[in-house]
Amino acid sequence: MSSSEPRGRMLFTSLIALVLTVLPLPPWLDLVRPAFLVLTVLYWSIAAPRAGGIGLGWFSGLLLDVFQGPVLGQHAMALSLVTYITSREHQKIRSKPAFQQALIVFAALVMYEVVVFAIDGWTGHPLTSPLRWIHPLTGALIWPLAAAILGHRNGRRS
Amino acid sequence: MAAFGTGGSRAQVRGPSPGFRFTLYAILSIVVMFLDQRHGWLEQARFVLQGAAYPIQLAVSSPSAAWKWLHESFETRDALRAENQRLQKQQRELELRTMRYEALARENGELRGLRDALPPVAQRWLAAEIVNIQLNSLRQRVLINRGTTNGVFKAQAVLDDKGLIGQTTHVGPWSAEVILITDPEHAVPVAIQRTGLRTIAVGAGDAASLALPYLPGNADIKTGDMLVTSGLGGVFPAGYPVARVTEVHRDAVQPLAQVRAIPFARIDTDTEVVLVWFRPEHPAAPAPASATGDLKVGNAALQPQPAPPPRPKPAVPDATRTPAPPVPTPGSPASPPAAPVSTPASPAPSAGRPPAPPNTSNSTAPAPSKKGTPAPAAAPAGVAPKGALSAPTNSKEPAAGDAAPTVAPKRPNSPTPAPPDATPRNP
Repeated sequence: MSSSEPRGRMLFTSLIALVLTVLPLPPWLDLVRPAFLVLTVLYWSIAAPRAGGIGLGWFSGLLLDVFQGPVLGQHAMALSLVTYITSREHQKIRSKPAFQQALIVFAALVMYEVVVFAIDGWTGHPLTSPLRWIHPLTGALIWPLAAAILGHRNGRRS
Repeated sequence: MAAFGTGGSRAQVRGPSPGFRFTLYAILSIVVMFLDQRHGWLEQARFVLQGAAYPIQLAVSSPSAAWKWLHESFETRDALRAENQRLQKQQRELELRTMRYEALARENGELRGLRDALPPVAQRWLAAEIVNIQLNSLRQRVLINRGTTNGVFKAQAVLDDKGLIGQTTHVGPWSAEVILITDPEHAVPVAIQRTGLRTIAVGAGDAASLALPYLPGNADIKTGDMLVTSGLGGVFPAGYPVARVTEVHRDAVQPLAQVRAIPFARIDTDTEVVLVWFRPEHPAAPAPASATGDLKVGNAALQPQPAPPPRPKPAVPDATRTPAPPVPTPGSPASPPAAPVSTPASPAPSAGRPPAPPNTSNSTAPAPSKKGTPAPAAAPAGVAPKGALSAPTNSKEPAAGDAAPTVAPKRPNSPTPAPPDATPRNP
């Protein structure tokens, strides 16, 4: 696996994903909007754990914190946890068929949201709306497509 | 720690194992969270990060901005003419409404024994545009395109032409995040204009309503009541319109009434808002001390001041400030609120506006010395709302009757008589 090459693409796709995350959308669409940046970071932690992995997760999380977190470090914590697990298990995940991958991603997204939710509560910014649990579902649904798009150049090259 | 990481992927990884790195990053984020949450020590870091994020935010909002620009520049002549007519009509109405304002204000001042009418509590305005990006969709926050380079400071009041919108939470160099009054984490100290009853309006979480959760079941409130800011809490000055009560549920078995109100400000459709700087010496101005959470220290201008500086030199900004330090000795560290300290620009306007100070000195400085404490606090407060925004509505009888309960609480004395707003003050 080539290690350092995808770094540029990694940053580029993460930036695009961040833009997609904060793009203004009508409210109903906004509620089902998947966490694009989290998905992208997950993808890279599975596809290139050495180049991306926890560091990428942490810094993207910090960026998310600046945009939408009540406390700095919240999303960073959640994303570094999730990327740690996925990058540790990346070989197992990679060998799974798309459907099972989507299930794993769903679990990862739920874990991410649990951590964010918990930190929300601990820091005194509770947000108990059940709507916050929608995005893991849509994220898992969109995962095969996202993985295909993100891995497009990779697949052709190798 | 290292043993933790040796499980899966030691083979591919050079350098520290993923478990070790994860531990590092986790500790780092916990430290960051702690510092940010507990001490606000990361304001500087946040400031830098927010500045760094602003280009991205602008880029994201640029399509809609471009669309808006296109839309505006290709608007038809008819539409423009219609709008122009509408605006002219509106301006005429406003002029008619404010025509007698000067005279009334002066008369009011004379009646209350002040030599001159108070200047309006709002000292400076700055229009800001809402940057069209999605912050956290479940929280009611917006981003505006003004930051510390424009003199914006943390916890600054944000209004639109109809009423209160919110306050700034995180301020970057060119942008600021505004927490709306409808955010569930936000609470506005309000007063019911008809009765002067004070309470707290908490955001209900959707764009269109506020809840008043701390009113007892027998409180005198009914649908249609107008809520104005009460001037407590240290952020908003007294008398600005906030919301209109739309629902009152009284349940015999519930100790508290369930009250809903709809904000006057068009919170979900606004694209332009106004940031306001208030005269700190004005009696209706937000009492600065409680912004820092210190209940003991009040607005220095409202304190019973021992001796008026006998005819100080005409350079008045000094004059109003000189009496302050001796009185609230414990508060002097706390009394500079977030306001003038954090912004390089905000002290400037106060100094750079020569006509204002003479008025303020005449009105505020002698007043406390002449009378007892409560009177001056209550008296000019009746003037303030008119000077502020809501000229037409509250010029009637409540001015006399409701001014006293509304703003009388100078923070030092109030905690006992006014439990409802003393309790959950921190939004």
